[in-house]
Amino acid sequence: MRVYLDNAATTALDPKVIDAMLPYLHNHFGNPSSIHSYGRETRAAIEKARKQIAGLFHVSPGEIFFTSGGTEANNMALQCSVRDLGVTHIITSQIEHHAVTHTVEALKKENKIKLTYVKLEADGSVDYNDLEELLKASSEKTLVSLMHANNEIGVLLDIDKVSELCETYDACFHCDTVQTIAHYNLDLQKTKIHFISCAAHKFHGPKGVGFIYVNADALIKPLIYGGAQERNMRAGTENLYGIIGLAKALEIAYKELEETKQYISSLRAHLKKRLNEEIPGIIFNSPDNGLYTVLNVNFPASEKNELLLFNLDIAGIAASGGSACSSGSNIGSHVIAHFNREEDSAAVRFSFSKFNTKEEIDFVVDKMKEMMLVTVQ
Amino acid sequence: MLKFPIYLDNSATTPMDPRVLDAMVPYYLDHFGNAASRNHPFGWEAEDAVDKAREQIAKLINCTEKEIIFTSGATEGDNLAIKGIYDMYARKGNHIITVTTEHKAVLDTCKHLEKLGAQITYLGVDSEGNIDLNELENAITDKTILVAIMYANNEVGTIHPIKKIAEITHKKGALLFTDATQAAGKISIDVERDGIDLMAFTAHKMYGPKGVGALYVRRKNPRVKVTAQMDGGGHERGMRSGTLNVPGIVGFGKACEIAMNEMDADAERLSKLRDKLDTALLSLEESYLNGNKNSRLPQLTNISFKYVEGEGLMMAFNQNIAVSSGSACTSASLEPSYVLKALGLGDDLAHSSLRFSLGRFSTEEQVDYTIEQVTKAVHKLREMSPLWEMFKEGIDLSTIEWAAH
Repeated sequence: MRVYLDNAATTALDPKVIDAMLPYLHNHFGNPSSIHSYGRETRAAIEKARKQIAGLFHVSPGEIFFTSGGTEANNMALQCSVRDLGVTHIITSQIEHHAVTHTVEALKKENKIKLTYVKLEADGSVDYNDLEELLKASSEKTLVSLMHANNEIGVLLDIDKVSELCETYDACFHCDTVQTIAHYNLDLQKTKIHFISCAAHKFHGPKGVGFIYVNADALIKPLIYGGAQERNMRAGTENLYGIIGLAKALEIAYKELEETKQYISSLRAHLKKRLNEEIPGIIFNSPDNGLYTVLNVNFPASEKNELLLFNLDIAGIAASGGSACSSGSNIGSHVIAHFNREEDSAAVRFSFSKFNTKEEIDFVVDKMKEMMLVTVQ
Repeated sequence: MLKFPIYLDNSATTPMDPRVLDAMVPYYLDHFGNAASRNHPFGWEAEDAVDKAREQIAKLINCTEKEIIFTSGATEGDNLAIKGIYDMYARKGNHIITVTTEHKAVLDTCKHLEKLGAQITYLGVDSEGNIDLNELENAITDKTILVAIMYANNEVGTIHPIKKIAEITHKKGALLFTDATQAAGKISIDVERDGIDLMAFTAHKMYGPKGVGALYVRRKNPRVKVTAQMDGGGHERGMRSGTLNVPGIVGFGKACEIAMNEMDADAERLSKLRDKLDTALLSLEESYLNGNKNSRLPQLTNISFKYVEGEGLMMAFNQNIAVSSGSACTSASLEPSYVLKALGLGDDLAHSSLRFSLGRFSTEEQVDYTIEQVTKAVHKLREMSPLWEMFKEGIDLSTIEWAAH
């Protein structure tokens, strides 16, 4: 049995998504910028996808720009608002994804911005009072960059609250929504956010494609130059099938949102309950009301912990110690570091999708119990 | 039987080779892991596939795997190379040399850098699209950090003498970047033989998928570094962050492997077909070849039909034949091609040009049909043209003073 519980890293493509992509992989291959029929039919398909996506978030199609993924979208929001909107102060947190932390650090290093980190509560959520104080005290053009859900522990941001605060203090709001798009409804008419980012491969769409939503009020210029694509905002021949797959994956996700949410939440609750009851000393790094696709579990200190992920792998279980984007490194997770857990304890992130089953969860717990018994002896 | 419309716009994008798609599909469906997941086999399978593709791609251009940085395509590669060098070598200088006939991805990036304080020299070209090597040599100063010249032009197909350009560039201590989007997989490129320091190319121009490309960055003699333009997880040895497009990369690798094996045979077959097209269309009165007949891509030709409006000509047969009046990236604009204008064509000739680009799946039957249709359309449009009538009556049109209206 192979069990994939690393869906926050990437997800399996939904077969219905590849079915939607295949005609474009085979016959409809034209360059969307070409004016002959090959180009016109693919242009029409891309614009249809854009319109469909815009509808899901209650925005104008003109505010959706396709990118190569979430990292590009986050870089574009941050780099371009500093360059084009006069932002000189960025408020963020210390547990953002590296696509945000490394970008703002680079901007700081280039002396382009003042960088402030908002205080966090014990569970990793934002201290909203501190955020308000920071905004109140800021006399410069400020941008707040906070992720909607943390990719490692799943703690959620109150985006309405942050949006209101940003409105009140006239700040821009960038929200890294890579982990929450397709998992939560997002009405950008109700909640004003200047930039959100999306990567299709996090919700059973293809890799190599995503989008950035840029509120019409935020007049940024491109990050990548050299062609009139995306209404002069993002040059480069469009990733045609990627865009088709992205739109299809979103369509499926939002059509099935409530039932998928319930189903995945039940898997998560089941894992949590069994681990809690059957393995002593466990602490959860994820809050109860966190992102329903992620459960981050802290296992008590043991010299065997070093091999925990290795043993999980031997048992055929794919989970993660943290973000895939930094999982090769030995420096440990910058997110888990926030908790100051006991030395030699180990954090494992289980992340779920609609393709997981209760049997898989039971299999995981049974295997973990075996491993822990070995550990205790 | 001919199937319509006939696709003769392979310089804009190519259909995917079915062998490429076959290689990709398992990575869409079964081996879907994130190549950066280091602790389970889903990640390892993806990483192995990426490594294999990196080898296939490296082999095509004779570099090492570590010199390949995956991007979302050639435009991103062009941006990363030029901005990345500008940022990294700021201490050495701020001067970049390029050519007026480069792709917009290079020109617009240079224009952007100009606003940030870069000094850019735009070299002109002669009537065939060639640069003057002496002019290049004289333009290089001790502040020159980069020479950015494409391997082959996307509109007229002129191949630049990259090896000689590299020698001149290196002699003066600058680096050479080449946009090889149109050349890679079509003609032999060897970064060692040619002396290339950085090179951008993309899969969808060589029967691979859209949305994936690569930047070659030399690691030895000299070791070249670029500043990342997108920060994040530190993928691609810190030079380009973002989850790798694994199926796209697998497809790109396969496309390179096929090109490696079949490019010579393709080029031989397609250049014969192209020559047939050329011979027939250039035998029409007042039709002119654009580009360098002796040094150009084997599968492409660009012809101006004087006294015929290019867009009108396309309209005459575009139900059945897909061609282009220039680059796809600028084809929505009604401006005449800036490339053709740089070659010295007047608006009339620049407006009357068509680019025919053949590909692996083009057939002789398609070319014959195209010759027939284009010939017919040119005659028909000229019959309706007062200018053509005047030309046939021997009136020198350049002497006429047109009434304003």
